Amino acid sequence: MSLLSVEKLTKSFGGLTAVSNVNMKIEKGELVGLIGPNGAGKTTLFNLLTGVYVPSSGSIKLNIDGNEKELGGLKSYNVTKAGLARTFQNIRLFKDLTVLDNIRIAMHQNVKYGLTSAFFRSNKFYEEEVRLMKEAEQLLDIFKLTHKKNELAKNLPYGEQRHLEIVRAMATKPVILLLDEPAAGMNPNETLELTNTIAQIRKDFNLTVLLIEHDMSLVMKICERLYVLDYGTLIASGAPSEVRTNKRVIEAYLGEDV
Amino acid sequence: MKVLNKKNIITLVLILVFYSVIQGLISARVINSFYEITIATICINIILAVSLNLVTGFTGQFSLGHAGFMSIGAYAGALTVMNTNSTMGFLAGVLIGAIAAAFVGIIIGIPTLRLKGDYLAIATLGMAEIIRVVFLNMNDITNGAAGLNGIPRYANWLWLFVFTAVTLILINNFIKSSLGRACISIREDEIAAESMGINTTKYKVMAFSIGAFFAGIAGALYSSYFYFIKPDLFGFMKSIDILVIVVFGGMGSITGSIIAAIVLAVVTTFLQSFAALRMIFYALLLIIIMIFRPQGLLGTKEITDLFKFKKKSEKIE
Ligand SMILES: Nc1ncnc2c1ncn2[C@@H]1O[C@H](COP(=O)(O)OP(=O)(O)OP(=O)(O)O)[C@@H](O)[C@H]1O
Ligand SMILES: [Mg+2]
Repeated sequence: MSLLSVEKLTKSFGGLTAVSNVNMKIEKGELVGLIGPNGAGKTTLFNLLTGVYVPSSGSIKLNIDGNEKELGGLKSYNVTKAGLARTFQNIRLFKDLTVLDNIRIAMHQNVKYGLTSAFFRSNKFYEEEVRLMKEAEQLLDIFKLTHKKNELAKNLPYGEQRHLEIVRAMATKPVILLLDEPAAGMNPNETLELTNTIAQIRKDFNLTVLLIEHDMSLVMKICERLYVLDYGTLIASGAPSEVRTNKRVIEAYLGEDV
Repeated sequence: MKVLNKKNIITLVLILVFYSVIQGLISARVINSFYEITIATICINIILAVSLNLVTGFTGQFSLGHAGFMSIGAYAGALTVMNTNSTMGFLAGVLIGAIAAAFVGIIIGIPTLRLKGDYLAIATLGMAEIIRVVFLNMNDITNGAAGLNGIPRYANWLWLFVFTAVTLILINNFIKSSLGRACISIREDEIAAESMGINTTKYKVMAFSIGAFFAGIAGALYSSYFYFIKPDLFGFMKSIDILVIVVFGGMGSITGSIIAAIVLAVVTTFLQSFAALRMIFYALLLIIIMIFRPQGLLGTKEITDLFKFKKKSEKIE
């Protein structure tokens, strides 16, 4: 069984089928790219995988060490609990909160105290808050954000905001990380740092990554396998070198026959 | 990390000092009984504003029916204390009023808070109106439009102070816990919060019913202190009064709500002989805030922020 198996996944908005009959398999440890022209349905596919939208039909199966789970139709927070974490195409940080709080919020699902402990500050409260702080600081340290710990997210430079979004997703302890155009709007320097971050995530955390990206040089360089969407349907898949020369892909990107 | 850590001891000492100063002024007749009423109003309004701030300022859910929860507490408290006529009965009444209000909060919250968007404003507006009409028509129990008179006065300055202090401590503790941060993340970005593993409906309902719980306490205190209640006291205008305090002080600032409750109560006391002026003043105040300081007096700042830069390395707060 693959780690993630998507079968005949479809999503329609009224008359528009944004994702149509998509099949996709992702193996443990892979770095897979998802590409396609504007409006192809890439973000919609992410929204289906992460529970933001309910699929019109089809299934999404997550298989962690033989434990199979259907993700289609689950609420976002349950998908996150199951092991999928994401970033957003239009950055969605908790802008008016500090870097630290952005991280601690993403760690909340594993906090082991309830309402009474919160109200009366039981020993459990202090224990857990100390643990949370320690883990958050570790993560900030690994991703070189320690010096920005107490800054408001909105005050970070653009590239660092994108970086923080990835770190925040990591704080949910995912098995699969979904990145929606992480290099969008970045300068070459920032893109290079992003490449390093992704490499680090895979090496240190053994993560599986699914990446939407328009920057073709980046995609060709780091992805092991690609899926190509056009008008909601998969038109090609395979190694970057194969996809690059695929006739349908070239047509999709250039509009009409070449 | 014990309960008796330095911070908690300082808080306790400050509370006792504050109480002693006011109590001293009352004993020395510097504060006469006329101003005592103002102080009682301030305490009740602080509880109302801080509890609404949890819902609207911190969790980002716009509620227009806080007075409805207050009235549940007021009637439950009044009926309990009238039937028992003892301090224990008064305290039981406060508790019953708070629980009843929280219960209604959960019932209203579950269906409406699942929706994203501002449905809650409409739903709470309707809810408060329904509660008012119900109390108006339960003649046998609530004495209808004439209201309940001669409620035994067990709520005194000491009890008001205790309940205000406890409310502030508990709500502050909640906000500065992981559960509180979960609530704040909903205000910041609901979709992102949900994608980070936060069950947003759960925390919205939690904040909403905690808010209702404390509004219930405020209502019960009100009925016992002012010994007279009628449904009209808890209409739409009362909800707006509370909202004005929250907006004026700053959505997301407990300190702001406290300051605003004090300022507005003092101003109201001085404008007492010109009741009509008060509403004009409120309207003007709202307009001025919206133009010059839309985030309110303090925005999301707290008084404790003043001490923070000194000890940035401080661990848990
Ligand atoms: N909630 C929605 N309601 C209606 N139509 C939608 C909705 N979300 C997406 N669409 C439509 O679905 C199609 C696919 O959009 P999507 O955002 O998935 O594209 P994309 O591949 O991510 O494009 P881009 O590269 O520009 O980000 C578009 O035509 C879009 O207008
Ligand atoms: Mg997109």
